[in-house]
Amino acid sequence: MTSVNITLGARNGVVRDTWVILRHNLRKTARQKIALLFGAVQPLLFLLLFGPLLSGLGSWQMLVPGLLVQLGLLSAGLAGFGIVFDARAGVLDRLRVSPTPRLALLLGQALGGTAVLLLQSALLVAVATALGLRPPPLGLVLAAVLLAVTGTGLAAISNALALVLDDAVFAPVMTTVMVPLTLLSGAFLPMSMAPGWLNALSAATPFRHTVEALRDLLAGDYLTPAVGLGTAVSVAFSVLCVALAVRIFNRLNA
Amino acid sequence: MIESSGLSKTYGKAPAAVEAVRGLTFTVAPGQIVGLLGPNGAGKSTTMRLLTTLLRPTSGTATVAGRDLLADPEGVRRRIGYVAQGGSTPYGQPLLEELELQAMLYGMSRPEARRRVAEVLDLFEVADLAARSGETLSGGQRRRFDLALGLLHRPPVVFLDEPTAGLDPGARAEVWDLVRTLRGEHGVTVVLSTHYLDEAEALCDRLLVIDRGRLAGDGSPGDLRERVPGGAADLEEVFRWLTGRPASEEQPAPKALV
Repeated sequence: MTSVNITLGARNGVVRDTWVILRHNLRKTARQKIALLFGAVQPLLFLLLFGPLLSGLGSWQMLVPGLLVQLGLLSAGLAGFGIVFDARAGVLDRLRVSPTPRLALLLGQALGGTAVLLLQSALLVAVATALGLRPPPLGLVLAAVLLAVTGTGLAAISNALALVLDDAVFAPVMTTVMVPLTLLSGAFLPMSMAPGWLNALSAATPFRHTVEALRDLLAGDYLTPAVGLGTAVSVAFSVLCVALAVRIFNRLNA
Repeated sequence: MIESSGLSKTYGKAPAAVEAVRGLTFTVAPGQIVGLLGPNGAGKSTTMRLLTTLLRPTSGTATVAGRDLLADPEGVRRRIGYVAQGGSTPYGQPLLEELELQAMLYGMSRPEARRRVAEVLDLFEVADLAARSGETLSGGQRRRFDLALGLLHRPPVVFLDEPTAGLDPGARAEVWDLVRTLRGEHGVTVVLSTHYLDEAEALCDRLLVIDRGRLAGDGSPGDLRERVPGGAADLEEVFRWLTGRPASEEQPAPKALV
């Protein structure tokens, strides 16, 4: 230990360090199978106990995309819980004192949340398929990409907010915010059925467009205005969330 | 190794502003064990967080291991180790994985990381515990892992924030021995904060006495005792002479120690 090898850090970079942190988080996630399953319980219950009521509306094609967005809000949106524990345990400070780029610290955490979301989504789609959903393979792949984009933005902002909100406030604030966002997304019923003011309010939220894009993708309609708009809105939302989260991360040492 | 010039940190804005650190100017030579001594709330942890780039100074600056805190914070981070107050060993996962993560975040390849982790586990005599997670270890064992995590990348200077807080006397003595080994056998400069007077006396070559964010005294424990007219019997007397208060008096700490 006498030699001081300060060239070791030369390998650090955003992509490399993001992957190192993501891989570490995936190993942690693999040990928490019960938590992984419980995170998907609520959308699964909606699928099983609410879905059959919508049989006249083509329930699976209409409901499953909405439940995927609900899952995104519940899973990636609350991904910040993990960083609360890391901050309490001193792990976050240790990582912040390392030469790892701040963006990599954030993306490594956020992409861990995205991976969890995709695993839970696969479970939801598998159950829905058993109930009668028949999505085309390409539609499924494109839906997963769109969901990953949205989930990464949500997980990033969730992690950042977890660091600035009081521990006791984070959970109630986030769960309270998620309920209206889920309802306004039209996750459970098409917003075309809503009165004008509610439809307009819904159109002002990003997740409405994500849901509508997912509905088209899972129906095998890829080149539609809804897919174009939903993709553009989801990408813009995610970029904005990551940028804001990086700014919050960087301001932590102000 | 460290040159601090007018380092200050104020939390919040007037009229509720709290000056946690006020114009600290000092140097630390390579190979010293330097203690930041003061009661809880004196500004020791804030000073540590400033010197480790976790906080940005309100005014003043410092160079640490030859790098300027403000101009090259990443350069500082590559050259320092930091062990936070209360430690940083996570619960619920094998500590071996955490050590490998830490090594790779300092740029080591996976084979390099594995070799280095094995070395450090031997150095701290915890190889047989590496597959366990933090909650299954005693306070002293966790502290060994905290130190291992802080020293994996062979930093020339390491910051230990209250390294023995909450440990029993046996575990405290073990940590003292480890700190002496780091300096004596590996040439590491150690800056530690403590509110334990016996620890300051037994372990530190030099003390920076912090009182309400200011540097109230600077010298070896022996020098400081001799400065008190008639000579002081112990550091409690020194602290009282320097600050007019007992060392045990808690000082109001700012809430926002993010």
